[in-house]
Amino acid sequence: MSGFADVVFNMNNLTATIRMATPIALAAMGGAFSERSGVVNIGLEGMMLAGAFCGVLGSHFTGSPWLGVLLAVVGGGLVGAVLAVFAIRLKADHVVTGVGINILASGATTWLMQVIWKRKGATDLVAGLGTWSVPGLRDIPMLGTVLGMHSPLVYISLILIVLGWVLMFRTPLGLRIRMTGEHPEAADTVGINVRAVQYFCVILSGCLAGLGGAYLSLAQLNWFSKDMSAGRGYMALAACIFGGWNPIGGLGASFLFSFTDAIQMRMQTAQIPLPVEIIQMIPYLLTILILAGAVVRSRPPAALGKHYEAGQAR
Amino acid sequence: MYAVRMENITKCFGNVVANDGVRFAALPGEIHCLLGENGAGKSTLMRILFGLYRADSGSIYVNEQLANIAGPRDAISLGIGMVHQHFMLAERLTVAENIVAGCEPRRNGLLDYDRARRQIREVSERYGLAVDPNAVIEEISVGQQQRVEIIKALMRGARVLILDEPTAVLTPPEVDELFAVMRALRESGTTIVFITHKLKETMEISDRVTVLRDGKTIGTIDTSDATPDSLVEMMVGRSLPVHDDQRMPPGEVVLLELKDVSVAGRKGSRARLDGVSLAVRSGEVLGIAGVDGNGQLELEEVVTGLRRPSKGRIMLIGKDVTGLDTGRIKDRGVAYIPSDRLKRGMVDSLSLARNSVLGVHRCADFSRRGALLENAVREHAQTIVAKYDVRAESIDQPMGSLSGGNQQKMLVGRELARPHSIVIAAQPTRGLDVGATHYIREQILSSRNTGKAVLLISAELDEVLELSDRIAVIYEGRIVDVRPASQFTERELGLLMTGQRNEV
Amino acid sequence: MGLRGDVSRFAYSAVAVLLALLIGAVLIGASGYSVKEAYSNLLVGAFGGVYSLATTVVMSTPLLFTGLAVAFAFQCGLFNVGAEGQLYVGALTSAVVALALSGLPPALRVIMALAAGAGAGAALGFVPGYLKAKIGAHEVITTIMLNYIAISLTTFMVKAYFRDPGPVDQTVLLPPGSRLPELVPGTRVSLGIVVGILAVALLDRVIRGSVLGYEIQAVGRNPHAAEYGGVNVRARTIQAMMISGAVAGLAGSVEAMGTLYRFIPYFSPGYGFTGIAVAVIAGQSMWAVIPAAVLFGALQSGGQSMQLFAGIPMELMTMVQGLVILFVAAPTLGSMFLGLRLRSSEKGGGRA
Repeated sequence: MSGFADVVFNMNNLTATIRMATPIALAAMGGAFSERSGVVNIGLEGMMLAGAFCGVLGSHFTGSPWLGVLLAVVGGGLVGAVLAVFAIRLKADHVVTGVGINILASGATTWLMQVIWKRKGATDLVAGLGTWSVPGLRDIPMLGTVLGMHSPLVYISLILIVLGWVLMFRTPLGLRIRMTGEHPEAADTVGINVRAVQYFCVILSGCLAGLGGAYLSLAQLNWFSKDMSAGRGYMALAACIFGGWNPIGGLGASFLFSFTDAIQMRMQTAQIPLPVEIIQMIPYLLTILILAGAVVRSRPPAALGKHYEAGQAR
Repeated sequence: MYAVRMENITKCFGNVVANDGVRFAALPGEIHCLLGENGAGKSTLMRILFGLYRADSGSIYVNEQLANIAGPRDAISLGIGMVHQHFMLAERLTVAENIVAGCEPRRNGLLDYDRARRQIREVSERYGLAVDPNAVIEEISVGQQQRVEIIKALMRGARVLILDEPTAVLTPPEVDELFAVMRALRESGTTIVFITHKLKETMEISDRVTVLRDGKTIGTIDTSDATPDSLVEMMVGRSLPVHDDQRMPPGEVVLLELKDVSVAGRKGSRARLDGVSLAVRSGEVLGIAGVDGNGQLELEEVVTGLRRPSKGRIMLIGKDVTGLDTGRIKDRGVAYIPSDRLKRGMVDSLSLARNSVLGVHRCADFSRRGALLENAVREHAQTIVAKYDVRAESIDQPMGSLSGGNQQKMLVGRELARPHSIVIAAQPTRGLDVGATHYIREQILSSRNTGKAVLLISAELDEVLELSDRIAVIYEGRIVDVRPASQFTERELGLLMTGQRNEV
Repeated sequence: MGLRGDVSRFAYSAVAVLLALLIGAVLIGASGYSVKEAYSNLLVGAFGGVYSLATTVVMSTPLLFTGLAVAFAFQCGLFNVGAEGQLYVGALTSAVVALALSGLPPALRVIMALAAGAGAGAALGFVPGYLKAKIGAHEVITTIMLNYIAISLTTFMVKAYFRDPGPVDQTVLLPPGSRLPELVPGTRVSLGIVVGILAVALLDRVIRGSVLGYEIQAVGRNPHAAEYGGVNVRARTIQAMMISGAVAGLAGSVEAMGTLYRFIPYFSPGYGFTGIAVAVIAGQSMWAVIPAAVLFGALQSGGQSMQLFAGIPMELMTMVQGLVILFVAAPTLGSMFLGLRLRSSEKGGGRA
């Protein structure tokens, strides 16, 4: 039993939690923006995958991981734009479109990987982001290693999440976004450009998920492998819902998911007498349980998933 | 010089002509009633003025300047504001957020909530529109929500304010308050366009009246020259035949009975229904009179099993049915015309044929060993279409392609075709034109005349008075009085409906 | 609906596939391959000769089931992204049952193994159905999570309990009497395709001619009205998801008993996800699942020979699938291309 306690209560778990929560929290914030504006975003998975791929692509061709990050943001945003055009302009069902995008992204990234690197499973290594050792943070006793030694994207993400919260709840644009997702007709009648707001939010969600993807391929690893997002986009959506469509709530939910994931990984390396497959199921089971619990308490934006066109009201 | 002038406005929706060469003009600083039956084209015309629809043809002048209004933004910048019948408010945002959205005061790029609240207080004090800027919309009363809508328009500099059926959701004291606000606005030079179908209010508040009928302008007159009778004639254009009333004497058998039924409210708020006891006998219509939102919906849902009462019992033909689901209750002989026919009454993407058996599809006439009997279903649909005068091309067309009136006829036909001894009719004529309304009311009366017990829940006081044998008045979830219809005066009902019991 | 609607929808789907292939051609060209070589291999690999046709049928068979599963769930307004996981539990259960019952006569053995696979799929379908009906948890997320769980779980079960003593993690080979009989000798076209067509016929009857199907449609299109009409909305939601899961489970059963003759972890190249594309193209009609499944089966078998003979990665076909889903999902795109008015309310809301 003490072995089990060692696995769960271990400082390294916290370090790993922060590490693994970052991409999910970024995509969850993307989900929050998209869904607050009324567009269901099942496509986070595909946007993340596109970001992971573009990150490696950028780093591979420029030699600069930071240009890779930039390309990841652009690539994720482009996938977001696809969802936006289909869901908003062409009035496609949001969920079906999102699933189509995920399949498309999976095929496109693997195809391009084979075209560019002539390899099937994973790309060559590229220049990664490395870690920052943050003066001040790293010197805190006990927590120094937990907080002070991470990829720069971890710190950037935390700042972005706070800024995202401010944008959503403290700025005129944020109010317009929330208005649009709650009551698009009301937004329209006060002169808010509903479509522009929705396009902005969905593309922004793609950029954020893309950044999360870049974290996977340039910070956590430094290569791209087939379908490397591995369901994190869906977990991000669950985190977004569990976090009440709020960037900071999504961060909290991501920490929770990632903490189980950290324990799961630790259990695999420690001598816990449980098969790998069973341990691997834990985060997915937890997502279902948390989602089941979260749905009871939270209400989605009132006009989520509906199509709106100016003047369509009867 | 007119504040707004609309010339030859025509607007079609598919084959339906909603506005047909309509003329309308309002003077600065007047209260101008736009009067007409449901479906006469009043809201469509004003939605065109506010930029929500584009007219197919015609021109709009604001302060005698030709205006091109492509959207609400254009209308707002021309000083036009509109308070919609269904409020344009995001339920979960605050009063302040709803008011300032789209024209937010800023400081350093952030939304300046303090300034927003100050601005709102200024406007609300100037016109006597009391609201709490920090309250969340879903937690304030309908009357307060309406004030939020008015402030929203005024803060955007509205000089022409359109109010679409503003009194439909208000209690009489709230109506008085609204009228006071309207007069204050008129004093300050604001033009008010007041859309209504109520004569009494038109006579009381307006300076001039424009009457629409079937999408056409019938005329504009000064209110001082009008009488209720002359307005009715303009509105309806014909007199309706009197209902053919060959009735049997009401029976003594109680078919539907509620015993002390309550529905709890959300935590901390009062009960939605509070100890309601009612009995409906065979061969009578019991009408429920009340201002919308006083428990009528809960009453409807509780009686039909869509909601469980937190207390009390419901008896059908002497048997306790409390807690049974809707299917089982209807199987015991209840025909149910739901208040929200689009949401509850039909599946709009399924055919008329399929809709004609919704709720009876399990009975032996239409299914055998789990299989639907297609021919029987189609025959049934044909019968209803023929008997209830449903205007449809075919029974295979989707229900959603029919007009509201025909949908309701189909629905009423389906419900009255099932074996039943009790009719629950909730808002049976809401949103229908005069002809369909008359037809549906006749069906309800003829149902009663064949000995059924009818529970009529309607927000239209006229309808309750016209059809009911007895009237129960509901206020804040309680039945405050039940008497034969002939023993109520309209004034008494009005006072009871607003909780002023002692003054009766 | 009606015949005209089906025809116009089908015409549009054909356009969508062509459009997707056109984009594919651009990608092939841009990547420096020969478009002509790619697509001629695709065509020959899919339809050129008995062997190719047989491969196409074999590839279409699991898609027929997964497509049918997703299409049936659509009727209840449910989006079953979990066909992949349901397929795994169906495949393992059928393989295990077929092995365990080797004492019984072959016909009985096969029928019981199929039934067990369907049952396992239904059991897995029950979970998202229940969570949706009782709590409102979105079935897309729960089914995706269950996919991961089902794949891990079946892998674990094989390793722990049903492993072939050989070097590979898989079950032992099914004896001939436990397999689905070959339909065309010398190919792997098995009785599975017939079972699939029977399943389509059955579910078509359920949807169009039964009380259950009527109620499921009512729930899918307007749950409030269904409730008003005396329909037990929660029960129908759970049942629809279970039926969908059962059919997806059969996809795995047929694959294990008719093609692989055993259960192998991670055997599916994403049949469950391609089933979504099949269902989106098939739309409201169960029968349309058959041509849609054959279409994607042909893309798979043609894609294989394209990869083999022209050296062009199979993943192109995954992209084409994704594009087809996008194009077919956008009703207004259809009217832009064909000038036809497709019903925009087929799934999801069109009203605000």
